[in-house]
Amino acid sequence: MNFYILIKATDWLIMAKITLKKLSHSYLANQNNDADWALRGVDIDWKDGGAYALLGPSGCGKTTLLNIISGLLKPTEGEVLFNDKDVTTLNPVERDIAQIFQFPVIYDTMTVYDNLAFPLKNRGLSDTEIDSKVREIAEMLELTSTLNNRASGLTADGKQKISLGRGLVRSDVNVIMFDEPLTVIDPHLKWVLRSKLKELHQKINRTMIYVTHDQIEALTFADQVVVMHEGQIVQTGSPVELFEKPKHTFVGHFIGSPGMNILPCEIKNGQINFEGKILPTNTSFKKTNFNKTQVGIRPEFINFSNDGIQVKIKRVSDTGRHKVIDTECKSGSIKILASANTEIPTGSTYISFDQKYTFAYGDNWIIE
Amino acid sequence: MNKTFNQKAWYFVIPVFVLVAFNAAVPLMTVVNYSFQETFGSNVFAWEGTRWFKEILHSERFHASLGRQAIFTFIILLIQLPLGIFIALTMPKKGWGVPVCLILMSMPLLIPWNVVGAMWNIFALPDIGFLGNSLNSIGFDYNFTQQSGDAWFTTILMDVWHWTSLVVLLSYAGLNSIQPAYYQAAEIDGASRWDIFRYIELPKMKKVLTLAILLRFMDSFMIYTEPFVLTGGGPGNATNFLSLDLVKMALGQFDLGPAAAMSLIYFLIVLLICWIFYSLMMKDEART
Amino acid sequence: MSLELKEVEKKVGIETHIYSTNLKLEKNTINVLLGSTLAGKTTLMQIMAGLDKPTSGEIWFNGENVTGKEVQKRNCSMVYQQFINYPNFTVFDNIASPLKITGINSDEIKKRVGKVAELLKLTTMLNKKPDELSGGQQQRTALARALVKDSDLILLDEPLANLDFKLREELREELPKLFEDRDCIVVYATTEPLDALMIGGNTATLLEGNVVQYGKTLDVYNKPENLTSAKVFSDPPMNIAEINKSGDKFTLTDNNVQWTSNVNIKDGNYKIGIRPHNITTYKEGSNSVEINGKVLISELSGSESLIHFTNGKLNWVSLSNGIQQRNIGEDTKLHMNVDEFLYFDQSNRLVNHG
Repeated sequence: MNFYILIKATDWLIMAKITLKKLSHSYLANQNNDADWALRGVDIDWKDGGAYALLGPSGCGKTTLLNIISGLLKPTEGEVLFNDKDVTTLNPVERDIAQIFQFPVIYDTMTVYDNLAFPLKNRGLSDTEIDSKVREIAEMLELTSTLNNRASGLTADGKQKISLGRGLVRSDVNVIMFDEPLTVIDPHLKWVLRSKLKELHQKINRTMIYVTHDQIEALTFADQVVVMHEGQIVQTGSPVELFEKPKHTFVGHFIGSPGMNILPCEIKNGQINFEGKILPTNTSFKKTNFNKTQVGIRPEFINFSNDGIQVKIKRVSDTGRHKVIDTECKSGSIKILASANTEIPTGSTYISFDQKYTFAYGDNWIIE
Repeated sequence: MNKTFNQKAWYFVIPVFVLVAFNAAVPLMTVVNYSFQETFGSNVFAWEGTRWFKEILHSERFHASLGRQAIFTFIILLIQLPLGIFIALTMPKKGWGVPVCLILMSMPLLIPWNVVGAMWNIFALPDIGFLGNSLNSIGFDYNFTQQSGDAWFTTILMDVWHWTSLVVLLSYAGLNSIQPAYYQAAEIDGASRWDIFRYIELPKMKKVLTLAILLRFMDSFMIYTEPFVLTGGGPGNATNFLSLDLVKMALGQFDLGPAAAMSLIYFLIVLLICWIFYSLMMKDEART
Repeated sequence: MSLELKEVEKKVGIETHIYSTNLKLEKNTINVLLGSTLAGKTTLMQIMAGLDKPTSGEIWFNGENVTGKEVQKRNCSMVYQQFINYPNFTVFDNIASPLKITGINSDEIKKRVGKVAELLKLTTMLNKKPDELSGGQQQRTALARALVKDSDLILLDEPLANLDFKLREELREELPKLFEDRDCIVVYATTEPLDALMIGGNTATLLEGNVVQYGKTLDVYNKPENLTSAKVFSDPPMNIAEINKSGDKFTLTDNNVQWTSNVNIKDGNYKIGIRPHNITTYKEGSNSVEINGKVLISELSGSESLIHFTNGKLNWVSLSNGIQQRNIGEDTKLHMNVDEFLYFDQSNRLVNHG
């Protein structure tokens, strides 16, 4: 098995480093303020063969960015480099990329086999080459038994596998891009397809970029996640980094379910002052001149205690694995996540924050 | 699905039933009635059984006009479908060109049929018409009132001018419903322009094209007003299509019995061909 | 107030969409219909609303047989997966539309729309048109329209399915609060088990036109009557394996993993269901058993790790807290929490849990 992968690895050698330099894009002819830009000053360095995700809510600019990388859109400003070569003005074919869309794109009148063979035929490969490639990929995607069926008769997940397969059969692909590929897939099949994708990535080791609004999809797929908000990158990091140390309140809110608790506080003498109490942290804050200062703590890192911050328990929802507890303190509401067998006090109680995971934010950016 | 059990809505359908009865059922029954009898005027009839049907089916006159009709419809479909699709493909997808094209395309469809016939009649007159005059002045011996080839040419040209827009509009609607992702994926797969047409646009347009073929078949197979005004079926019988012939028989010669039998046969032919065509298309649909 | 379905059945042609169903929904409850696409959730809701007629069986509302009563004469409202609003109306007019039909005076309308708008955080959008709103706000408007008219029955057909992850989370949290002190029956259809757990109330699990189980949401989750119900109510999917019991000794048929337990069932062959979070990379609970696996794939999601692995002929899924990175093909050791096993007999009925 390992031997097999080793031989095959030579097939996948054409890979690309992707660099984005000061990319900005606007759909308007004239731009007067920040809101007129769909993308603002995006800089990214992506290595060969990595699994990356672009994560953000609708309208954050992630699809715009994806289309710029694939060449379907020309940026208003900035450069796109593949292996240090400027490809900004090249079209998708010249860039050698593959893209999988939100809705499965298949050629209705063709069989599954012909669908998979189509990109290779267009590139003038010999029939024997095409046949071996198509069968290899069909095997990987578990499509072998349907190869002779009409593609239009398959279920949504089968069709999406074909779309993916058409990208995988090509050995000249620099990068495979996914634009919310699991949108039309039933929840119980999402698991299967997601694992399949991850497995494929580890097998063929090609650069993959995955665009989604779903944090679970992004975090499970990618080694590096780029979180976008209002046309800007707010943080790039591994799933663990994004979870444990969000650099922006938006990341804290957007990643994690429920998201981070973010409450107003004061920074005095390099310490967080919250509801008249000093909150211990692992850092001492030097810069303090902000318009707005906040403290952030994830629901996972809050414990019930005998003293600390006084809260009122509002509601407990049991999700089987966890309990989500809604509480209220003087400065706002705080959510707590506790394991299913935790005893939950009633009425008024005290909570404490894990100091390792307590952060201060000035004008929404982390203070370090 | 049985959506509601409120039966009151049926009252709204009554006017339609009445209209349909007057429009379709009553005349049709009259025709059926005529087709089995001999008419002597002043409401005197004699039973003739299937005699008229047999006569029509064996009449050379019927064969000839049916043949002309079939050739005409075939040529019309052969020209209008590819032309319509081609024009739809070249039409702009966005911007100010869209409304301009759509309005230009709709114009011929809005002109009454007899006006189209009269327009082309004048337009093609060999001495004073723009088309006829121009053709003659550049050396063609063109006269649609005298030469059957010219008459056919003019009739087909007129129908193409009048009805290709319908195919264009339907195709355009079909093309516009294709999601951009399909084009992007094809571009990425390295498909040629022809591949995109063959594997994406044509399959996605199948439903509207079926509709276009059915509509164009029915309309052209039953064409009456325009050739009546343009050529009156001439010269001789050159453009004497089925419906023209039928009217000549019924009103010109007052042979109501044979005319009724002929209209029933005519009606059944249209129905049969539409049914065959439709079920072929749907069979293909069920397979996918 | 109650809504009762009595032996309701729905056939379309030769296909049965809903098999004979008995279901009684009580006043002031939220009831989740949980099942995958085509399980019959929408059909069941349309029958409840009177938009569709059952092939046989009766629908009783408040002790009255309403089987043939048309939807206009019932006091119910419905929200769909698609954001359905009147595109030419402002948000205010959209929300007010059900009230205007009833002929309530405009001051009262203003008051009630204002109240609902505040509840759904739409106060600042009242003068906007739907296409100026985000998806979440559009769906809030549709919800507000359903809430404004004091319906006896509110039907929500996957209302959050078309929303972004975070918006879905936010609205899902608000939903139960919206209905808390309302005199109505709420029915909520979803494909996501987590939705059901977060919303609480009662849950009916559905599979292929059958209501498999109905009861308090947590009861259905913790004590599924049978394997089908357990499978429907599990995401990630439940691990299922054959076992043999002899005395206090339990053995996985497939691979001879053994453990002891004092679970009180007869000796013989059973199936066990283990939820992914009861297989972890660390020991949890007082009684756990080790299982070896070859890693298929591991997925991290910040605070949790999913490890898919094979053991014997079966594929397993485990869910652990924290970051537990494993490489593909690696041999790994996991711990199963014996106290949380669900035991099913050969006819797939739950015989014992925990």
